[in-house]
Amino acid sequence: MKLPQFEYAAPPTLEEAIALLAGSAGEARPIAGGQSLMPMLAFRVASPALLVDLRRIPNLANISISEAGTRLGAKVRWCDIDAHPQLRVAHPLLAAAVACVGHYQIRNKGTVGGSLAHADPAAELPAIAVTCDAQIVVAGSSGSRTIEAAHFFVGPMMTALAPDELIVELRLPPWPARRRWAFEEYARQRGAFALAGIALYYDELDGQAHDTHIGVLGASLRLHRIGEAEAVLNGRIVDARAIGAAVEAAMAAVDPVDELDVSADYRRALVGTLLARGLKASLSRSSNESD
Amino acid sequence: MRITFSVNGQRTEIEVESRLTLADCLRHRLGLTGTHVGCEHGVCGACTVIVDGKAVRACLLLAVQVDGAEVRTVEGLAEGEALGPLQRAFRKHHALQCGFCTPGMLMTAHALLQDEPDADEARIREVIAGNLCRCTGYLGIVRAVSEAREAYRKRDGEAPR
Repeated sequence: MKLPQFEYAAPPTLEEAIALLAGSAGEARPIAGGQSLMPMLAFRVASPALLVDLRRIPNLANISISEAGTRLGAKVRWCDIDAHPQLRVAHPLLAAAVACVGHYQIRNKGTVGGSLAHADPAAELPAIAVTCDAQIVVAGSSGSRTIEAAHFFVGPMMTALAPDELIVELRLPPWPARRRWAFEEYARQRGAFALAGIALYYDELDGQAHDTHIGVLGASLRLHRIGEAEAVLNGRIVDARAIGAAVEAAMAAVDPVDELDVSADYRRALVGTLLARGLKASLSRSSNESD
Repeated sequence: MRITFSVNGQRTEIEVESRLTLADCLRHRLGLTGTHVGCEHGVCGACTVIVDGKAVRACLLLAVQVDGAEVRTVEGLAEGEALGPLQRAFRKHHALQCGFCTPGMLMTAHALLQDEPDADEARIREVIAGNLCRCTGYLGIVRAVSEAREAYRKRDGEAPR
């Protein structure tokens, strides 16, 4: 369908963008890459009165890697992450997950901030944010604040952002070089949304898993970690028995919805299979052996 | 809104409604009907054009967003009256049947080969996965793009622009 009518503005500063959002009583939407919002406009699922284009706002497209962790500006595109020389080592889980996002043309436009704000429970970056205990820095009329990823995604396509707030940056905690990790997802076609996916990492201490993080995407209405499966692995050697127990715990913990073409049972089985696959892959791979 | 941008090297100034997509602007306002519109929501890739050197879906971009940008469409791919190397390879390898997806395929492949003239077959397949073709089964397209790589490997200035 042709798009609904709206006003359009491309302010040159963050402050002006926030003022425009604040002045439009919740009827405005920010647009960056537009790779999720434009289809929503075409389907008329969204019909904002005003689009506030962030394309002229400077300094939102930085990627920084330091002892404080990895920071991605809101306007960093998927293709910027692909092209970054250090990210694959600095945060291999992020790089592996982002490699599964969309098609070539989408990757040239889609942004970090857009994906977080869109909050699709099947999207890769929000799942990485939740799995890694990331923080999302936002700016609004009353200043800026930092929101924990676990509290940022409040439901499918719903975030904790106020109507006058914009995402500024995603902050991922530091990534130890020897950390073990895996990202596994299943989609029907390359670039399509995953039916389910698993992001995981753990650190090893005397051969045992510690600080295990397991996040799931696509299989629930909400992005979340699977604490039950994490607890099974913590303090254990990751062997076939531990993997089996973690898979069992994960399958019992997830709550997928039944859909016409994808049953809840199928999605639950996928979560189990992907978790087993990921844990096996993690055994032969830590960050400095990343492929 | 009044916008100014370049289309295939030609400066274009035009008054557009903010809700007009770049795809519709090219076709209906500028008469450049080589860019095809299939799904209108970013799935099929038929409307792929090159904006500031990057292949993008013209249905997922507003015309007002390309103010100041450089846009390349399939009309800008030929070398005068002659076909460019990618187009010649498509003809040779029967990389099209109905032709609907072809402009998008060509622009996607052109952007890829400009950036990555040594792209291997796996990379070519990965990239054109963003463009739906319901006739060819993609084999001829992959062959054509693979063959065209040679022309893009030439030194800057000689390579197809």
